[in-house]
Order: sequence, then C-alpha cells, then structure tokens
Amino acid sequence: MIDALMAAQAAPAEPAAADYWSTLFVFVLSTFIGLGVIRRVSRLLYTPLMSLTNAISAIAVVGSIVVAGADSPPLIRILGGVALFASTTNIVSGFLITDRMLKMFKKQ
Amino acid sequence: MMYGIVQFSAVLATALFIFSLYWMNDPTTARRGVIAGVVGMLVAVVATWIQPEIIHHGWIVVAIIAGFVVGVPLSLVPLTAVPQRTALSHAFGGLAAGLVGTAEYFLGVGQGAEQLTAFRMTAIVAEVILGFLTFTGSLMATGKLQEVKWIPQRPVTYPGQNVVNIGCLIAAMALGGFVVVHPAAVWSPHAFLGIVGLALLFGVLLIIPIGGADMPTVISILNSYAGLSAVAMGFVLNNKLLVTAGALDGSSGLILSIIMCRAMNRSFTNVLFGAFGTVQKTTVAGEQKAWKQETVEGAAQLLEQAQLVVVIPGYGMAVAQAQHKVRELYDQLTKRGVTVKFAIHPVAGRMPGHMNVLLAEADIPYTALVEMEEINSDMPQCDVALVIGANDVVNPAARYAKDSPIYGMPIIDADKARTCLAIKRSKKPGFAGIDNELYVQDNTWMLFGDAKAVIGDLVKQLAGGGLH
Repeated sequence: MIDALMAAQAAPAEPAAADYWSTLFVFVLSTFIGLGVIRRVSRLLYTPLMSLTNAISAIAVVGSIVVAGADSPPLIRILGGVALFASTTNIVSGFLITDRMLKMFKKQ
Repeated sequence: MMYGIVQFSAVLATALFIFSLYWMNDPTTARRGVIAGVVGMLVAVVATWIQPEIIHHGWIVVAIIAGFVVGVPLSLVPLTAVPQRTALSHAFGGLAAGLVGTAEYFLGVGQGAEQLTAFRMTAIVAEVILGFLTFTGSLMATGKLQEVKWIPQRPVTYPGQNVVNIGCLIAAMALGGFVVVHPAAVWSPHAFLGIVGLALLFGVLLIIPIGGADMPTVISILNSYAGLSAVAMGFVLNNKLLVTAGALDGSSGLILSIIMCRAMNRSFTNVLFGAFGTVQKTTVAGEQKAWKQETVEGAAQLLEQAQLVVVIPGYGMAVAQAQHKVRELYDQLTKRGVTVKFAIHPVAGRMPGHMNVLLAEADIPYTALVEMEEINSDMPQCDVALVIGANDVVNPAARYAKDSPIYGMPIIDADKARTCLAIKRSKKPGFAGIDNELYVQDNTWMLFGDAKAVIGDLVKQLAGGGLH
C-alpha cells in the first residue's frame, strides 16, 4: 500500500511559498472572534449550536474536493473521496437537523 | 481571476459563518443562522469545484451523492438520539481530516522531500493525530450513547491506565517528531502509518474510562478537537477558510467544555483522566432513612394545589421519552392557573442543551425553561419541585460531602422547595452511583416507575378531576 501511495508523481504543483505566518495570524484572530460570538449564544440552543458548528467545520469538504478531484494517483483520490463523503454527510445532516431543532423553539 | 474568485468566496463564506453563529444568540433569529451557514458552504464548495486543477468530477459527484444518502436519514433521527448523532458527526469530521492529512503526506513524499517543509509536516502530523483520535474517540462515544452491546457503558478502568494513555500519545508525538525532521526517509512512511495507528488507538483508550454522566463534557471536547483538526488541515492546504471555520468550531467546543466542566466543578484533566463514576464507595454505613412513597392521587393533588411548580428534568426523562407527557402535565397545570417552570441544569442529559431540545420538541414554550442560576433563588417559594429522572444534579451532598465525587458541583436546589416529588425508575442510585439524600428528606415523596407512565397517570388523574 505504501508503494502504491508513494507512486504519487504527477501531483499538482504547490502554490508559491505558503505564507504560514499569516495563516497563523488568521487562526488566532478567528479563535478570538469565535470565543466572542459563541459566548453570546443562547443557552437554550447549545444542542443546535453544536450541530451547526459541526456542519460549518465540515468546510473540510473543500480540502477533500481538492484531494479527490486533482490529478493524483487513484489511491490518494480514494482517500479524498472517503473524506469528501464524510464531510458531505456532516454538512447535509448538520444543517438539516439544526433547522429541524430550531423550528421547535417557540415562544408560546 | 480564478485566484480572486477563490479568495473572495473564502472571505464571503467566513463572514457568513460568523453571522450564522451570531444569530444563534436568540431563538427568534437562529434559523437565519442556518441559511447563512448553508449559503456560505455553497459558495465555498462551488468556488473550489470550478478550479482548473479539479479534473475528476465523477468521483466528487459519487461521494457527494453518498453523503446525501447517509446524511439525510441521519438528520431525521429522534431527538433523544441527537447526542449519538452529534458524536458520530464528530467522528466523520475527524475521519475527513485524518484522511486528507494522510493523502497530503503521501502526495508530498511522492513529489520529493522539499515539498514537506518542517512547518507543513508539523501541520500534517497535528492534523492526522487530532483527526484520527477524534475519529475513534467519537465512534466510541457514539457506541456508548447508543448503548451498543459490545461497548461497556460503565467506565472501564485498570491500573496504570493514565500511564498507558499518555504513553500512547507521547509515542505518536515522538514518531511525529521524527517524521517532521525526516519526512522522506525510507522508513518515514512506515513511521507515519505508525502515527495513524497510535492516534486511532489513543482515541479508543481515551473514551473507555468515561461514563455517561461525563458525556456532555466529552462531546464538547471532541467537538473542539474536530474543529482543531480542520484548522490543521487549513495549515496543510494553506487554506484560510478552513482555518477560520475550524477555529469557530474549535472555540465553540472549547466554550461548551468549559461551561460543562464548571457545571460539574471539575477540570478538563479530571474529566479525561478521572474516570468519573467508578469512585462509588458505599459510605451509607450509618442509619439509612427510608423512602416515602406517594400515590398518583396524592401527587396530583399536591401539584394541583400548588402555585409554583418547578419541573427538574434529567436523563431519565429522555430515556423514557416522557417529554410529550410532560407537556400534557404542563397543560393540565397551567389550565388551573399553576405557574410551571422548567429548571435546566447545564449537564442534565447527555449533551449540552439536551433537555431544552427535548422540551421544545414537545412544544413547551422556551420562555418556561429557566437556567439553574436563575431558578435557584425562586426555589424556596416553589410549592412543588417535580424531579423527573434527574439525580446527581439535585443531590444536596454536592454542597458539603467532601468525599463525594460530585462535591462542589452546583445543583438545582430541589431540596429547598416546600415539597419535592421525585419520579424515579428504580430504587438504584443514579449514573454516578451515589446515594441521593434528597429522596429521603422529610418533605420528599417518591413516585417509582417509568417517567412516561407515571406522568401519564398524573395527567389522567388531573384530567379526570377525580379528586373532588
């Protein structure tokens, strides 16, 4: 299996020197935004909050599409395809069940 | 041009995701949040898919269709099964991150070591460890919550457990260190697969010693890990949208974990390594007070004559699926002018907010749901505290019994109400295995039986008006 995986030759070129520092910057800032926003979330809605953030973090779908769809060896693309399946499941079930739960919260 | 589209869509999706969470601050705007999230997700997916480097569309279509086929039924589970669905989705999130990390590593090895800079390799190792431990850990949690037969519900402990667990994690990180330094040596791919194996094992070991009462905290921690593994994927792929969305998920899990830990007066480490629920020493050597049992007729009369009834639901209500009967009881009592409130302990149930969702499902207005901190000052004025399948969250021992595992945990003051009615399935102690002296207090009356059946009887009694 390792040999098959290592047969990866014709992979797409890396983008020019990845700017990891600015990514780190983005990570720190978005964590603070996240803490600020989540702190204000209604305590009634913690269960839907969890399914909603779950669906949102399934943005990993973007990475999976790249791995599954690029011109890579089949074994790599299979890994990507399974990852894509897993993320899509989270997106679909996450958003649907969040909406289903939120519909139930009524004032009177 | 293409670059601009991708970057713009990432900024747009990030903004939409932040709005999505912002709107969750109130139930009246929350559904807008879902729409914002869906739009953000569509924008991001389309912008990625139209990139010229994506050439194998067939696989993508198949995977997405499969995701729908599994995802739609998963969104239709009964609300009592929401904790296990959530745990399962953390597992999927972890799996996706772990697989993408693995794929990226082997792609890089194939292209030559210069692709795998130390920074990038560190991100890949972090992604793979976090992703795969979240995967198996969440699968274990799902199994425990679903009460799968071959996964023990009770915490499993053995001597030296923490040493084994931490050793496993350290071994994975040490191998990770080697791979970061030598990403493309002959043995590196084997070491990499070793990391994968150790991370998978660590996830299982981490959840084995955890009992049901700790599930709200553990689900929150796993939520945080799932978010962080998406962040790591963002570093690997140099994709800032993954980083922002993962950070939002990670901070959400972090805040929920902190709230859950505080609500149990415990620390993170204590939750993960403390094996809650195994500490049950049967300390009741002294005189044991007896329960006082109440009849349905008597209980109905008590409720009917009350001005303020505070219902305290717990996991027992969820197990018995009693929320709809509770709604009927709520109707019967409010019809008679009784004020009914619901006191929600943050860790009642098996995940954060579990009780709120179940009561909302039964059409109980959310204005009647009150947080622990707010209700406790009203408890001395409360005529009847009706405890439905809650146990540890109303145990007065938390206030003073220093040797009790729940010592220091904030509780709902059911014992301060004028009368307390407790519905309990059996005479056995609760999940944490601790005796509850609330049940033997002078002003407490027990109703033994399945919560749904008992409340159904109460409703019948009240509806029949057979008391006068």
